[in-house]
Amino acid sequence: MSHVLDTPISDIVSAVKSGEITATELVREALERARHDKNHSLLELIEERAIEQAKEIDKKPEGKLAGVPFIAKDNFLTFGSKTTAASHMLGNFKAPFQSTAVERLEAEGAICIAKANLDAFAHGSSTENSDFGPTTNPHDETRVPGGSSGGSAASVALNIAPFALGTDTGGSIRLPASFTGTVGFKPTYGLVSRYGVVAMASSTDVIGPIARSVEDAALVFDVLAGNDWRDSTMIERDQTSYASLSKPKQLKIGVISEFMTDSLDSEVSRSTKEAIELLKQTGAEVEEVHIPAVEHSLACYYIIVPAEISSNLARFDGIRYGFSERSGESLDDVYKNSRTNGFGPEAKRRIMIGNYVLSSGYYDAYYKKAMQVRTLLVDQFNKAFEKYDVLVSPVAPTPAFKLGENNQDPLQMYLADIMTVGVSLVGAPAVSVPVRPTASGLPIGLQIIGAQRSDKIVLEVARTVEENVENG
Amino acid sequence: MTNLSDDDVRYVAGLSKFNLSDDDISKFKQELAAILEYVDQLQDIDTDGVEPTAQVTGLVNQMRVDEIKDYGVERADLLENAPEDDGESLKVPKVL
Repeated sequence: MSHVLDTPISDIVSAVKSGEITATELVREALERARHDKNHSLLELIEERAIEQAKEIDKKPEGKLAGVPFIAKDNFLTFGSKTTAASHMLGNFKAPFQSTAVERLEAEGAICIAKANLDAFAHGSSTENSDFGPTTNPHDETRVPGGSSGGSAASVALNIAPFALGTDTGGSIRLPASFTGTVGFKPTYGLVSRYGVVAMASSTDVIGPIARSVEDAALVFDVLAGNDWRDSTMIERDQTSYASLSKPKQLKIGVISEFMTDSLDSEVSRSTKEAIELLKQTGAEVEEVHIPAVEHSLACYYIIVPAEISSNLARFDGIRYGFSERSGESLDDVYKNSRTNGFGPEAKRRIMIGNYVLSSGYYDAYYKKAMQVRTLLVDQFNKAFEKYDVLVSPVAPTPAFKLGENNQDPLQMYLADIMTVGVSLVGAPAVSVPVRPTASGLPIGLQIIGAQRSDKIVLEVARTVEENVENG
Repeated sequence: MTNLSDDDVRYVAGLSKFNLSDDDISKFKQELAAILEYVDQLQDIDTDGVEPTAQVTGLVNQMRVDEIKDYGVERADLLENAPEDDGESLKVPKVL
């Protein structure tokens, strides 16, 4: 018989509320599993505080997530614990306050038991760019778990906890979900507060859950979404509940033809087509749709996002917090020495690209041009959403690649995100849901994309796929 | 447009507040040039008369009352992360 920790979140909550199991037992079990984390998915355990919280919940088991242990990517501030963003720059940083996402989960009785590994500052697609060593894929230790939320995805695939928090700027929830066989949901931009999360690119940064099922992801998202006066970029919730999913009816689905080319891995192609066929059999109407601008979305992304990174990471100056080197004589020496030795090569590359495309003489040719192409992307996606409830595509052109395969050539690594970045630039919700794995057992995800604020439909279609697909 | 020189990289490293060695400069020059060459594909797209998009949810400025709000953050917790402090304030090298 499986442990309560392995059952759907709603069952775990019922078991805690009925007294079948205590939150303390659940947290102890999750911590025990975390100690046997064979893929280096975690950077730090939060033992004392988690046990204390569990004991409090056991006195009065209340909330939508009562007693459910979870894991937060290490770019979420967790009060009193280290929050490193997997960078030496924040190697000793202790969070002086709680991120809103963690606060909202705790308010419903969930308990954060550990911090997950990531690509430093969430810059990467494989979690190899962590300053504290890579996470490996639980399905094949010679392969990457995807990134940048690779630790979050791997920890859920390892069943350490039922769900983990991730962040997605260009695919960082969807790609690792696809590579690890988990469900990764990136909500509409602005629905979840980003207060207390280490910023990467503010015009696309989104927070979302990675879970074992669509239902679990929806339940967590329902708790996460909601206004926060400390994040002025938020939009209003449009649903009373995102968790009560119905069966979608008379669906019209567009398959993004630009992503269904011959260059797709043959097994990714087969599994994607098979899932689309299954959706047809449930009564959905399926057509090919052209979104020509997605061909240029990666180029657009690698101008806009580094530009925003160069601005957001300017705060790391060795003065208030973070790595500081004070050996030089002037204030400028402190800035330069701290930033030169605190940031790794990928952060440096992105900051320099950003400062280059924003600098005088290049602004129009690069940054303004990219913002115009972004308009074309938004228009073309919106046009498609006039006709279709959701769009589908693979999450990535391949299943999980080998460690070391792409990390010598930055551009090669960027290409892993070619099918996810466009969605980020338009602020649309999208999910990665597992479809049939490769013959050798590597997971493959299907990406389901909706118009802004159609988060619920996206999740409903994902659940239909989940229910019908032969997974394993 | 992607003919980056060593001086271009030194200039942008300066804007970024990085001290880079000559070896670093030549390595970054190659990597940055490859990325810029890739993103140059945007030059072929006709964007005449297209408005730029900076954000995607249509929000306009979010105004608020100019008053102090309590974020519930303790000075001591903030100073714990400070590289140098005097118990009350951050210490920085002499500016003037």
